[in-house]
Amino acid sequence: MRSIWVDESLTKRHWFNVASAPSSSTLLSVRDLTVHHGQLLAVDAVSFDVHHGAVLSVIGANGAGKSTLLRTIAGLNHATSGEISFEGTDISRYPAHRRVTSGISLVPEGRRLFQSMTLEENLLVGAHKAAPGVFDVTAIYDLFPWMKDRRKSKVRQFSGGEQQAVAIGRALVANPKVLLLDEVSLGLAPIVIERIYEIVPQIVASGIGVLLVEQDVSQGLRVATRVLCLLEGRTTLEGAPEDLTPEQIEIAYFGSHLVAESSKESS
Amino acid sequence: MTWVNILVQGVLIGGFYALFACGLSLMFGVMKVINLAHGDMAVVAGYVAVFLAPKWHVPEVWSFLIVVPLFGLLGYVLQRTLLQKSIDRDPFTTLLVTFGLSVIIENLLLAIYSANGQSVNIGSLVSKSFQLSSSTYVSYVALTVLAVAVVVLGALQLFLSRTNTGRVIRAVSDDREAAQLCGANYKHVFGIAAAISFATVALAGISYGVMTQFAPTSGGANLLFAFEAVVIGGIGSLWGTLVGGIALGIAQQYGAHVNPAYQILFGNLLFLVVLAVRPQGLFGRKEAMA
Repeated sequence: MRSIWVDESLTKRHWFNVASAPSSSTLLSVRDLTVHHGQLLAVDAVSFDVHHGAVLSVIGANGAGKSTLLRTIAGLNHATSGEISFEGTDISRYPAHRRVTSGISLVPEGRRLFQSMTLEENLLVGAHKAAPGVFDVTAIYDLFPWMKDRRKSKVRQFSGGEQQAVAIGRALVANPKVLLLDEVSLGLAPIVIERIYEIVPQIVASGIGVLLVEQDVSQGLRVATRVLCLLEGRTTLEGAPEDLTPEQIEIAYFGSHLVAESSKESS
Repeated sequence: MTWVNILVQGVLIGGFYALFACGLSLMFGVMKVINLAHGDMAVVAGYVAVFLAPKWHVPEVWSFLIVVPLFGLLGYVLQRTLLQKSIDRDPFTTLLVTFGLSVIIENLLLAIYSANGQSVNIGSLVSKSFQLSSSTYVSYVALTVLAVAVVVLGALQLFLSRTNTGRVIRAVSDDREAAQLCGANYKHVFGIAAAISFATVALAGISYGVMTQFAPTSGGANLLFAFEAVVIGGIGSLWGTLVGGIALGIAQQYGAHVNPAYQILFGNLLFLVVLAVRPQGLFGRKEAMA
């Protein structure tokens, strides 16, 4: 799987010792999280854990509450009730910037780069409160070799896929323990999505726990250690992707009511 | 040679406008706050230099060494308390709060120091000048103020582009939420921007007091010129503000040459023309208008 985007040999050469990252320990723990958007119930009593070196994919249709869930964990939205704890500490009341220094980084939906700045400046802002760790600006250039030559270019000139890579780089340079990825595939061509997702295994191998949100179910399943399906803010399915049947996922994604109706029509 | 004189005097006063305006531009760029008390803060700095500095046994002209950091501190505290509280509500509240501050400051100054004109005493140096051509004299004071403006704008530009704190200020200005996701405490960043704004306007206020007379109500007129300099130059560009201030200064000098009563009118006309032809300003980006 050679790629101009990712130099795989790098991750194997240095940076981390996979054995030192215990796969069973819980990093992020969410319990009965409920979030409202004004009057609207966006997330309804959702619970899950994110572990070291594992990927939890949250799938669900448009408006299922996926982005709200990630934004609440990152501290941009406020929870109505429930608890978010990180490495055993309740961080529910931390402001967003303190969650970053605690070890949670969000790659927001729509990338949200600093448009007036160069690529390198974007990464430097991402690194300005960084925890010590394997990722620094140079490491990001190793991860995405094309960036080095264009580090002085303004990011607004970049393509969608390039901007997405910068957004991921900007989150990684903070050396998070948990990386939240919100709809990284949105608006990108399939080939570009594939390249972006190529780096997820490398991120995970460094011991980072990944919580990602995807509308694209097959993409969400492919990289996941565990899957969680949201429907209208509620958890409708949770499990390891290999244990789930397509029918189960379909019902969890669209709701049993709708699936039953559509199968009636087709018969 | 009148043209040379118009240009030279316009450039000299334009430097002052830019010094006055850069803090206004910074606060608008970073927290989207239009500080209607900006001009009054400059006047307060002038009064502190004239009335309080002698009590501290500091020569009036050197008072900026104390007044500028003091105003920086005041800006930070005011931002973290009153202004942040109003920003948390909505933009209209912020506008009302700064307008209220402006009214309170003007009336307090009137009550304490009366409406008499004051100026910062620097002795006989105030009237010294050198002759550039037969009809053009350059005042040392105005030249010094221009130099101060260029140095301050240059230092601010370097600070914003080269330092970590400066980059974070620009990041918050670009996208506040994304900056938070990079670990920036935006309220603290707002405080730093307000500190810079207040410190520069204090320097502008003392400069104004050296150049000419000021009274409790001087803030409003200067605030208008500062607005015009920022809009002509383009929001978000410091060198644009300098060019905007200079363009405004030249237009005013030209107006004064046509008829002394037209000085301010010609400045306003230039402002209107720029708004109509190039609303993003001479150095502004189109997307910065959103």
